[in-house]
Amino acid sequence: MRTKQLFLVASALMVSPALLFGAGTISGKVTYTGTPAKQKTIDMSKEPTCAKQHTTPVTTETVVAGPNNVLENVVVYISAGADDASAPSQAVTFTQKGCQYIPHVLAMHIGQELKVVNDDQTSHNIHPLAKVNREWNKSQPPGTPPLSEKFDKEEFIPVKCNVHPWMHGYFAVLKTTHYSISGENGGFSLPNLPPGKYTVTAWQEDYGTQTQDVTLTGNETKTVDFSFKAKPY
Amino acid sequence: MNVFSNRLFLNVLLAASIAVPSLAQEAHVGDLTGNAANGKKLYRRYCIGCHGPLGDGNGENAAWIDPKPRDFTAATFKCRSTPTGTLPTDQDLYNSIGRGFYNSNMPHWDALPDQNRIDLVAYIKTFSPRWKTEKAGDPISIPPEPAVTMQSITHGAELFQKMECWKCHGQQGRGDGPSAATLTDSKDNPIRPYNFAAGGDDSRFKCGATNQDVYRIFITGVDGTPMPSFADVIQPNDAWDLVHFLRTLQTSRHSKENDVLKAAGGKIPVKAADAPSGSGGQ
Repeated sequence: MRTKQLFLVASALMVSPALLFGAGTISGKVTYTGTPAKQKTIDMSKEPTCAKQHTTPVTTETVVAGPNNVLENVVVYISAGADDASAPSQAVTFTQKGCQYIPHVLAMHIGQELKVVNDDQTSHNIHPLAKVNREWNKSQPPGTPPLSEKFDKEEFIPVKCNVHPWMHGYFAVLKTTHYSISGENGGFSLPNLPPGKYTVTAWQEDYGTQTQDVTLTGNETKTVDFSFKAKPY
Repeated sequence: MNVFSNRLFLNVLLAASIAVPSLAQEAHVGDLTGNAANGKKLYRRYCIGCHGPLGDGNGENAAWIDPKPRDFTAATFKCRSTPTGTLPTDQDLYNSIGRGFYNSNMPHWDALPDQNRIDLVAYIKTFSPRWKTEKAGDPISIPPEPAVTMQSITHGAELFQKMECWKCHGQQGRGDGPSAATLTDSKDNPIRPYNFAAGGDDSRFKCGATNQDVYRIFITGVDGTPMPSFADVIQPNDAWDLVHFLRTLQTSRHSKENDVLKAAGGKIPVKAADAPSGSGGQ
């Protein structure tokens, strides 16, 4: 009875029940060693409506590095230990703007709605080169409504637009909601984790994956850092 | 049947299903039922040289072939009546074997008896586990074709601009649009957009030769290639207008579309604002 009340209170406050019994956080930073490959400048002159949206030169985003050797766009997620939550009801959005993908790496839960938006004045085709999931390829001319899709299986799927061959991105389809994508300072944070043993995986599109095991005992914050060896080319 | 023989029967059944799990696949087209075990013998005689013993498209001849033989283990197929991302129907695969693939090394196998072709379909379906867990997609519906008129052709030409088909296929449909040179298939092999202007009365597309086939190609997309599906963005009647316009790009082919265009003076009145610059086809 007591537990039920507690649970009801927790639900009413829209707080995960895990918080009541202590919820820890795994956070840290993603960095690299060595010299990352120089990103190539993209020539968008064949698509003037996109080229004019950029005042500074646009480069490829295979490796996005910041000051102090930090790495952006690394997907850090709980690959083992957390319950496989069901898909969140709100959609994630993948926007094509200025002939670029925003965000470059988009994480989502298996079965979660993915909305693909075309903000450009040109036709794009969205072509996820899935191997585990189904590969599909859809045209999205300017002014058409967002596409709604979902993926059934865990996979890192490269996405491209064949019309604009410089457009590359990734869908990270995960079976957990505990994920974080490293930001400008290379930092990530995985909050709301009940006590337990976890495997944390970091994935970078060019450098592959790394894993570390972490044990949380209460509502502490554990720091886990990842360091990738950069490929020079 | 007593308990012992019952169990024996089950064991035999279990053993059989473990020994040849992949050959349990069937295929159906009309009254025909394909048998994968028979299909395997035919495959080893006719298909193995290019598609390989594992069905992955790495046969002995594959290195000298462009476009590359289909990799059946990926279960991604170009010619489907079903939406992009879904498995084709047995009929689709059966038609593909019989029709062959224009502009490729895949010949048309319509000289083989119908039963052989459906047996091959059953065997091809053993190379990917997707056939066990997924159903073929629902074939798209194609409304009856309206009459070919200048209005239809003109509207099709507008759609050709609006959908930016010319980005790859070029303004004259010669397969030389601004993005053409950069195109690759899903295995990173270079691939050319279809050149509508090449060929005469014998012109064919990879997935058929009729107006219905043209309709189906751009609505379903050609999976595994840069050609996307336009199912969500072109309305059924608009799609027929686009078909009628595409036929006029086949300038050396006799067609009702070209007759209508010729009778109207041979020029399509396209609004100036819709004609973008920068096409490699110009």
